[in-house]
Amino acid sequence: MKPRFKTSYDDDINRFQGPWHRAQYLILIALAVAAPWVLSSYYIGELSSVLVWSLAGMGLMLLIGHTGQVSLGHAAFMAIGAFTHLALMLRGWPFVPALLVATVFSGLSGALLARPILRLSGIYLAIATLALGVLVEDLAIIAEPFTGGVRGLVAPPIEIFGFHIDRHGTPRAFYYLCLSVVVLVTLAYANLLRSPTGRAFMAVRDSEISAKALGVNVTRTKTLAFALSCAITGLAGALYAHLIQAINFESFLVIISIALLLQVIVGGLGSIHGAFFGAAVMVVLPQAIAVSRDALADVGIRVAAFPGLDMAVFALIIVILMILEPRGLYGVWLRVRTWLQLFPLYRKGMFRRARSYLKTERLK
Amino acid sequence: MDTLQLLISGIANGCIYGLIALGFVLIYKASESVNFAQGDLMILGAFLASGLINTNQADLPFLLGLAIAGGSLAVFAYLLDALLLRRVFGQPQLTVVVLTIAIGFILRFIIGAIWGHDPVSLDSPFAGQRLTLGELSVPMIDAVIIGVTVSLVVLLWLFFARTRLGLAMQASSQNQMAAYYMGIPVKRVVSLVWAMAGVMAAIAGVMFAAKGAVEPAAGLVFGIKAFAAAVIGGLGSLPGALAGGLLIGIIEPFAGRHLPSHVAQVAPYALMLLVLILRPSGLFAQMRQKKV
Repeated sequence: MKPRFKTSYDDDINRFQGPWHRAQYLILIALAVAAPWVLSSYYIGELSSVLVWSLAGMGLMLLIGHTGQVSLGHAAFMAIGAFTHLALMLRGWPFVPALLVATVFSGLSGALLARPILRLSGIYLAIATLALGVLVEDLAIIAEPFTGGVRGLVAPPIEIFGFHIDRHGTPRAFYYLCLSVVVLVTLAYANLLRSPTGRAFMAVRDSEISAKALGVNVTRTKTLAFALSCAITGLAGALYAHLIQAINFESFLVIISIALLLQVIVGGLGSIHGAFFGAAVMVVLPQAIAVSRDALADVGIRVAAFPGLDMAVFALIIVILMILEPRGLYGVWLRVRTWLQLFPLYRKGMFRRARSYLKTERLK
Repeated sequence: MDTLQLLISGIANGCIYGLIALGFVLIYKASESVNFAQGDLMILGAFLASGLINTNQADLPFLLGLAIAGGSLAVFAYLLDALLLRRVFGQPQLTVVVLTIAIGFILRFIIGAIWGHDPVSLDSPFAGQRLTLGELSVPMIDAVIIGVTVSLVVLLWLFFARTRLGLAMQASSQNQMAAYYMGIPVKRVVSLVWAMAGVMAAIAGVMFAAKGAVEPAAGLVFGIKAFAAAVIGGLGSLPGALAGGLLIGIIEPFAGRHLPSHVAQVAPYALMLLVLILRPSGLFAQMRQKKV
């Protein structure tokens, strides 16, 4: 590993640590741009799905990973974004303004809900958001003129700058649409994290009391984080509506919220990479299981009889990760990278966790 | 009279919610972690018991089947804590939440793989019988559920107030470090609390399956509802959990009768949100804001 000497104060907050770091990301983007020209349209669809889930994951990551506030009901905000977006588009709005309004509206509703909810902490916050997630399922049916009731809404094709984009008709164009949104949001997210606001988020996550002592307005910071998180998730919801073409109350069940949480955890809390890793696992795993199921069927073992197998395998991965590497796949990646960089000097205990005790929230 | 009938059926349902909520609260008090797999433990208990008791299955006597199901769930929950949850001890609460959610998913899958996904109901000796008191006539099973819950709560209260183990549990729930210094084997005590929660889940599951029918997927919804009960009562309070369960059990049938169906479905959660916003620590609060 080449030692890195800091020669200016900017070195601490620069987005890239040197030209090689920047080149890596440029290569990644080039690969992502080139991908649809070598893949079949089915896999382009799967890639778009990874991008949309990464976007939703980034929304939740901002809240859980960087601000330390747990939400078990984030599919609710996906639903708000998706329904707003489609309702506007079906009333004749063009794609871009509808998408922007849906994003802002999800963010605003998040901010409104945040005020009463964020007074709670830890587990109580998780429960309150869980209740929100359950409530939205039924609200989506009750608000019929807006959401189409039980039948739901069908996504119209997208017209943007003269291009006609359709999930199935032109999968490549839809993929590029998702890719550009994801790249923009990722850049904004990475920039946010090195701004004072982002630092305040992390300060609140690590210790509310010390953040307060350093002059951070904790309530305002949490509300802002919640609003931004909901806005990103709402944006993901709007794209998700185009991805699955038709949405109704069943598209955003509370189980989706939980899956989204598990996805972020698998990826690794507190890193933007984690959102992408998690989404990749989420989309690739069912495919991998389907493939291995066919392979096993050839040998004579039939696993097809077990519905819910993907979720169970996913849960098993979570259990193993939680016990061995709570920082998720990003943590595993960090270990591998360090091992490679330090070869042959890597020591076993380098990432060992410090012992910790139960920090009680009770006084009595 | 009709209202009274509805009330009694609601109370019987509420007792089941209350028992699961008691399981939540026991674990929360002992280790300040929330067991999101409690609903699935209950379903596991229900299926285990129906596999042992139902005439077309193992056909054991009712009480024997109940005892075996309760015992095996106790062992299962003990091992769950000893082997998995103890390893993430002291890490942020989210870790345990996620771990138990994942365990719940795995349990649901296993239950579905073993017993299938069709609703199953339990053959109980009280099926079809009715208890008649003057003009009032309630299903026997409702009366049994209420009776069992009341006696279970009294037993629990005696256990916590009178026995050495109960006192040790109280001590380690209030201050783990101090309890450890006093020579209480805190880790084992926490695992025993999990075992108790497992037994509660089994009893609740058996009562639920005897009253209606259970299916593997019901664990999540039931868990969340019982969770709402625990939160309404305040997560740290045992009588609160029971009261919260009763409240939800009573509200559900009345909301179902007097409100449009979608509104009725969300009534328990709306109530929970309201309680959380107005009295964040529950109606029977034990938590206080931590100050520096």
